[in-house]
This record gives sequence, C-alpha cells and structure tokens, in this order.
Amino acid sequence: MLLSIVILIPLLGAWLPTALSRALGVDPARTAAALAATSLALILSQAPDVLAGATLVSGWSWIPTAGLNATFRLDGFGLLFALLILGIGLLVILYARYYLSPEESKERFYGLLLLFMGAMLGVVLAENLLLLVTFWELTSLSSFLLIGFWRHDADARRGARLALMVTGAGGLALLAGVLLIGHVVGSFELSRVLAAGPVIKAHPLYETMLVLVLLGAFTKSAQFPFHFWLPHAMAAPTPVSAYLHSATMVKAGIFLLGRLFPAFAGTETWFYIVSGVGLTTQLFAAYVALFRHDLKGLLAYSTVSHLGLITLLFGFGTPAGAVAAVFHTINHAVFKASLFMAAGIVDHETGTRDMRRLSGLARFMPWTAALATIAAGAMAGVPLLNGFLSKEMFFAETLQVQWLGSRYWVLPLAATLASVFTVAYSTRFVHDVFFGPPPQGLARVPHEPPRWMKVPVEILVGLCLLVGLLPALIVDPLLRAAGGAVLQGPLPEYSLALWHGFNLPVLMSGVALTGGAIIYFARRYYFGLHGYRQQRYDGRTLAEGLVALAVAGSRRLVDGVANASLQRYVLLLLLATLGVGLVGARGLSLAPIAALTPPDALAVALTAALAIAAIAATALHTQRLLALVLIGVVGLVVSLVFVRFSAPDLALTQLLVEIVTVLLLLLALYFMPAESPRESSRFRRVRDTMVAVAVGLGAGLLAWALLTRPFSTIAWYYLEHAKPQGGGYNVVNVILVDFRGFDTLGEITVLGIAAVAILALLQELRLVAPQRDWDGRPWAVERHPLMLRVLARPLLPLALLVSVYLFLRGHNAPGGGFIAGLVTGTAILLQYVAYGSDWARERLPWNYSTAIALGLLLATATGLASWAFGAPFLTSTFGYLHWPVVGEFELASAMVFDLGIYVVVVGVVMVIVGRLGALSGSGGRGT
Amino acid sequence: MLNHAIDIAFGLLGLAVVFTLIRLALGPDMLDRVLALDTLYVNSAAMLVLYGLELGTGRYYEAALLIAMLGFVTTVVLSKYITRGDVIE
Repeated sequence: MLLSIVILIPLLGAWLPTALSRALGVDPARTAAALAATSLALILSQAPDVLAGATLVSGWSWIPTAGLNATFRLDGFGLLFALLILGIGLLVILYARYYLSPEESKERFYGLLLLFMGAMLGVVLAENLLLLVTFWELTSLSSFLLIGFWRHDADARRGARLALMVTGAGGLALLAGVLLIGHVVGSFELSRVLAAGPVIKAHPLYETMLVLVLLGAFTKSAQFPFHFWLPHAMAAPTPVSAYLHSATMVKAGIFLLGRLFPAFAGTETWFYIVSGVGLTTQLFAAYVALFRHDLKGLLAYSTVSHLGLITLLFGFGTPAGAVAAVFHTINHAVFKASLFMAAGIVDHETGTRDMRRLSGLARFMPWTAALATIAAGAMAGVPLLNGFLSKEMFFAETLQVQWLGSRYWVLPLAATLASVFTVAYSTRFVHDVFFGPPPQGLARVPHEPPRWMKVPVEILVGLCLLVGLLPALIVDPLLRAAGGAVLQGPLPEYSLALWHGFNLPVLMSGVALTGGAIIYFARRYYFGLHGYRQQRYDGRTLAEGLVALAVAGSRRLVDGVANASLQRYVLLLLLATLGVGLVGARGLSLAPIAALTPPDALAVALTAALAIAAIAATALHTQRLLALVLIGVVGLVVSLVFVRFSAPDLALTQLLVEIVTVLLLLLALYFMPAESPRESSRFRRVRDTMVAVAVGLGAGLLAWALLTRPFSTIAWYYLEHAKPQGGGYNVVNVILVDFRGFDTLGEITVLGIAAVAILALLQELRLVAPQRDWDGRPWAVERHPLMLRVLARPLLPLALLVSVYLFLRGHNAPGGGFIAGLVTGTAILLQYVAYGSDWARERLPWNYSTAIALGLLLATATGLASWAFGAPFLTSTFGYLHWPVVGEFELASAMVFDLGIYVVVVGVVMVIVGRLGALSGSGGRGT
Repeated sequence: MLNHAIDIAFGLLGLAVVFTLIRLALGPDMLDRVLALDTLYVNSAAMLVLYGLELGTGRYYEAALLIAMLGFVTTVVLSKYITRGDVIE
C-alpha cells in the first residue's frame, strides 16, 4: 500500500504544480519539491528494515487471469534506485528553478518532471513484470515530452522523436521477453521469476528471452548500436539531461540488467552478449566523447561510455562484478548529475556550450570551476574520489574473468584503453572550459550563478568526496543491501578500502591517468583531423531514413488502395464479397428442402412493385428529383411489405424514416444540379453493371438457400420471456430497451456522434443558393403558403399527442421511444418548412445538440441506477400502478431508458435537418 | 358478405395503385409524379385499413394513422422544393 502511494504521489500529483500555481500562485517548484520530498520521506521510513535485509512485497490482485497484479516490491536494489530518483530529482527541481527563464512554462516543466519521476519509481518498485513494462513505457512517453520540452525547437522535437522511437521499440521487445518469461516461469511476479533462474537458463527459449529482454535494456541505457538517441536527447533543457543521465531513464536499462541478474546471468551467452556490447560501447563512446566540442555532447557520450562499463560489469556474471556494477551506478549518478549541472551553469552564464569558444572561466567563477573539477576528477577515477573506488573494482574484475581462457588479457587491456580516453575527455572538460586564457567574443561577462543554483552541485560534489574518503561509512550499508538484492544470495568478499597495496588495478589506474593526460595535452596534433569527421557516422540519419522509408511505403500503399473514390471502394467490397461467397457456397444445392409459404397475390404484387421501383430508381439516378420520388415509392412499399409480414414496429419506423429522408435529400439537392452528368466510361458502366448483377444474383440465391433450409432461431426465447422478465407484450420493444438494451445504448450513442459530426463538418459552411430553378424559371414569390401554415400549426399538438400515445404503449404494442421521437421530429420539422427556421426557432428555442446529450445521459443513468440496487448495468424492473380514469397502468424502468431514446432521436433529427437547412444562410437570398 | 366486399375493395384499390404507378412512370411533369406519390400514400392507408379488416385486427391501424397524419409531409416538401427550391427557409 505504502509503495503504491510513493509512486502515485508524483504520478497523480503531476497536475498539482499547474493547478496550485494558477489557483493560489504557489511556485510550481515548491509544489513539485513538496511532492517529491513526501515520497522520499515515505521511502526513508522503510529504509531501516530494507537495509537490514528485508524485502517488502505488497499489493493486490488486479487482473489475475492475465497474471497482471498491482504488486510492488522494495528491496535493497529498489531502495537504492528510489533514493537516487527522488534525491537527485529534488536537486534537479531546485536547480531547474534557477535554470529556466521566467518566460518558460515552469508549470508544464514540473508537471512533466513529476510524471517522469512517478514512472521511474514505478519501474524500480514494481514486483509484477507486466506492471514494470507498463511503467517502462510510461518513462519512454514522459521522457519524450521532457526532451521535447522546448517544442519550438526543431532539434528538440527530432531528438524527442528519436528517443521515443528507439526506447519505445525496445519496450516492445521487452514486453515480448517478459511475456515469454511469464510463460516459462508461470508467473510474472519477480519473487517467483528471480527464484526460477535455473529453469529459465535451462529452457530452450532462454536465448530468445535473453535477447528480447536485453533489447529493452540496451535501447534504454543507450548501448551500442542503439546509443545514438542519447546525444540527440541533449536538446532537452539541462536539468532534464542531468536527470535522464544520472538517476533515471538510461539507468532504467541498468536497473533491468541488475533486477533480472539472478534469472539470466552467468551463462556463456549472457557473458558474450552483455559484456561484448558493454565493452564496445565503453570503448567507442569514450573515444567519441573526446572529439565532441559541445559540453553536453561530451557528457552524453561519457554517459554512454560509463553505462557501457556498468553493462560490462554485469556481463561478467560474477557476484563481485554485479556489486561493482551497483557501486559504479551510484557513483556515476552522483558525479554525472553534478557535471551536467555545472555544464548548465556555464551555458547559463556564458550563453554557449562550445568548448572551442570557452576558456579560462576559472577566474570568473572559481567556485563553480572547483566543483566541476572535482566532479570531473571523480569521472576520470582520480584517487580520493568515489569514481576511483568503483574503477578499481572494475579493473580488478576484468582480471578475474574466466570465459576468455588464454586471451584473458583482452579485457584488462581494453578497459585500460577506455579509461585512458575517459581521463582524456575529463581533462578536456575541465581544462578547455575553466583554464587557459580568458574567453574571446562571449556575449556577456560570466560570473558565479545564483547561490541556490550551486547548492545542488555542492551537495553532489560533497557526496563524491565523502564516498571517496569514507566509503565504508557512507555507502557500504546501502551497497550491501542493494548488492544482496541484485544477487538474491550471499554477498562476495569485497573491501571498500582506499588502498589495497600496490597491485595490478592500481597500475592500470596509473596508466589510465598518465595516458589520458598525455593524449589530452598532445591533442593539437590530431584534433583538426577529427573535427571533420564528426557528423558522418550518425545513427540518427539511419533511423530517420528508416522512418521516412516506412512513411513513404505506407503512403504509397494507402494511396494505392484508398484513393478516396467511392466507386472503387464499392467495387472492391462487392468483388471481395462475391469471391468469399463463391468460395463459401461451393457444393451448395439450391433444391428446396423445407416447404415455402405459398405466394399470394398481395405478396407478388408488392414484390413486383418494389423491384420495378428500385430498378427504375437505379436506372434513372442521373435525374435526381425523379430518382428521389422513386425512392419514396420504394420506401413506402417496403413499409407495406413489413405490414404484410407482421412487423408493425418496423413498418411505422420505415414510414417515418422515409418522410425524413426525402426532406433531407431535398435540402441537399437544392445546391446541386438537377441532373448529374455521366462521368464513367462505357466500359466501366458495363463492367459495374455486370458486377452489380452478379452480386445481386448471389445475394438472392443465398437468401433462397437460407429460406429453403430448415433452421431454428432464438425467437421463441424472446417470445417466451418478454412478458415474464421484461414486463411487456411487444417483444420488439422489450428486446430494444431491455434484453438488448446495451446494444441500443451503443446505437443511440453512434446516432448522437453522427449528428455532432454533421454539425462539426457543416460548421461555417455557406453555399451559394441558385437563383432560378432547373428550367431557368424564377422561384415562386410566396415563401410560406397560407394553406400550409394553417395546416401545419394544429398538426403539432396532434402529433405530440400521438407521440405520447405511441411512447406509452410501446412496451406492449407497436410504438416506443424511437417511433415517437420520429413523429415529434417530423411534426416540428413541418413547422420549420411552413414558417421558416427563424420563426420556428423563436418559438421552440431549444438547443437540440444539448437534447442529444441529455437523452444519452438519461439512458446511461437508467443503466447506472440498477447498480444502486446491486444489479448489473441496465437491469430493468417493472410494476403496475392503478391510475384513476386510465386504469391499470404499467411502469417499467425501461421506460425511462426509452425516454432517453426518444429525446436523442428528436435531437438528432432536428440537429441534422436544422443544420442542412441553414446552409444557404437565413435571408441571404432575394425573393 | 364482408369478405366479398373486402375482396372487391382490394381489387379496386389494386387497380388504383396500378394506375397511379403508370402516372408516376409517365409523368409527364414532375408535379404529376409528386401527386402520384401522394395518391400512393393515400392508397396505402386505405389498403392498411382494409387489411386490418380482413384479418380482424387493429394492429395496423397506427400505420394508417401515421400515413394520414404525416404522409402528406413528403408531398409538402417536394412541392416546396419545386416552387421555392429551399425547403427550410
């Protein structure tokens, strides 16, 4: 419970900086700091137990069938990361307060930072692996927003996109890996997974799982060849970089390696992949870092290199290697955060991060220079600083590796070489910026930054010194707890002493320090050479090229298939239907098996009328008005067919829909030519006719086959249960509002959406109305004929009466909310036609789009109300009342639902027709 | 007796429908067609009542009622369209 609160405070509190700043004027930095400090205090309250070796697991089951539980875990390793995330997070919050300029949105910055902080805490405190992956994706998303914080800057946007692409893709691989782990282990809970190491390693899917999980870890922690996103993420504000590079984001990948260490590590595959990648990354990035001219660029590649070192240590698969990795993780977080902040101060005070332009700043900001020098010393592994200790442990470990046999010397040599470069770029960072002659051509004279901007750096550098001088006192308890949690077993022998006597690691350190210094001071001989090559090898070009290729390919595919031609869509759809139908109908015999109802004269006459009218409407479709009249005939005949086959509800609905449809189409026809030109070629017309005839024949044969075969329906069920369970005799209505009420709710929602979409599409659309009719005659002068007006007015109360009647009896006899709504809508529309929309709107001043919303709310509320009685959504009930005069009367809760339908239908009809009717604008046309 | 009357009425109505449909097909004017559609609505209402009489049920009465009450709306909007173009002004 407590752990979930720790995560939820920053996650759900992300909106608080904005809200409090707007409402009460509270400094967003203070809000963010208060939230982070609360989480930190909660974590610290658990620290004593965890440092004593306890593992706290808590939570509740969420979707147990999917293995997804909201379970959280706090052990030494999680504690270490939680402390880093919250501790450095607090310092970043403080630092950013002075870094961001007043015109930048601090509310947004702190909100995003808190979101990211919460996501990171979720990753390190999750017990369930699926939960971990979820938070993992959340870190990708929130870091995307943070990196792209300066959204006006194209580089920031590209960097953010690149980061999201790489880490997001890695997250997908991780998800696949985690699903496989769950499949193999039978659980997603870390406690079970970590204990199942032997099972996982012996499983035939081990390599697959390993590669998938490592893809996730390597993309996140910017390992070669996925490292390229990290330097481009430099486009973020410096506090964000400091945070992403030290305690979070890239460290999530490291965290994953450590977390799953007991489950995966120690095999030959693990060693070759993990240390191979780690070593390559460390060497390559340390070399590249030396040739970066941008301060943050240098630090970015340095981060990549140090992450490579940590990965390499995990790759050894030995307990001592893992402990050294954890130790270096701590140290790197501390000195890298301070270095980024120092770089940010330099940028802030001078306006540039280019080391070719910076020089001799120590005389302007001596205190910052001292801090940066110490931090860079820690990065280089200078004795008495924290980086030295973990570097020593690293060197010692490279000497212990068993896997390489007689080529054991490769690793120590490569490690020393990488450290030489590390020392060289650390020296460059300090010497280029702070020493040498005074800078030339800076925009302003630099000076020390505000007091509180330096405090976070001071704290971090102080930690570098304290850990370096008194390691056993300061860091040993935490390291022991974290190391134990990573190993899930006994800790190896190790000592944090400063001096172990003169041995090989010390010699390697000495070589690195001397070599690095030599390389840096000999730089003039080859710097120019490498200056040219800087931009050539860039993963970004490749990644963005891939994206551009994918986009172009997708576009070509979409353009090829979906070219916005309705004719083509219909053709493809019909051909596909025909093909599927032909395949499915193989071997279907058309001989009738069941007896058919003998045709009577009425049925034959109706069918013939229907067919002739439909064919005529199709053939004459270019004469629009005529086609419309024919469609009116078709609709009328269809209603009669419904009557003939005993479906009075359908007949009523069809009649009303027909009337409204004619009105709708006429409103649109007004703006169109009376005849549509023939646009298709003769070949196309013949082809389309053939396809249409074939599909029509197929559909007819299918209907024939279905009707002549014995089949059973579930109609009997509804007929049997409508009265006892739904309380109504009208089965159709009971199905609509009760048995399938949820479907109906969905349907009226879609109806409402369609109306709103029409409203939005036709917004602001004004069409030019034709001045004359299709034969060139002027329009009649009389706008609102007297006869029509006299007739329309008394019709409205009559129609409302009929609506009420149809509505009330709907449960037991043909009628109901839908039909009643159409009657009301049609009657109101007639007022619009007879008197004009201005007149009608004045007298019926309702907002019909609000009516749609109200109707939907009413229907939904009816459904929700059943929850209050402990019944499932949309359960209905009914009872009988005795009213005076009327007599026995039924009341069902479904009637309220039906009322919702009624209101929605009236609203939809009025919104659509009203909107279409207003296209020409009121009064915009002369008489 | 009633059965015979109903049969005869059906026959006559059927003839009326056929003639109406011919008028609708031939025109010659759009007004003729609109009026044919209107007549068709009236004939349908009559047929619905007849059908109810034949089956001895009131179930289809409301359909006839709706046609009687709102069936003319189609005719009205078509006429409005022909005379003014803009149905809702």
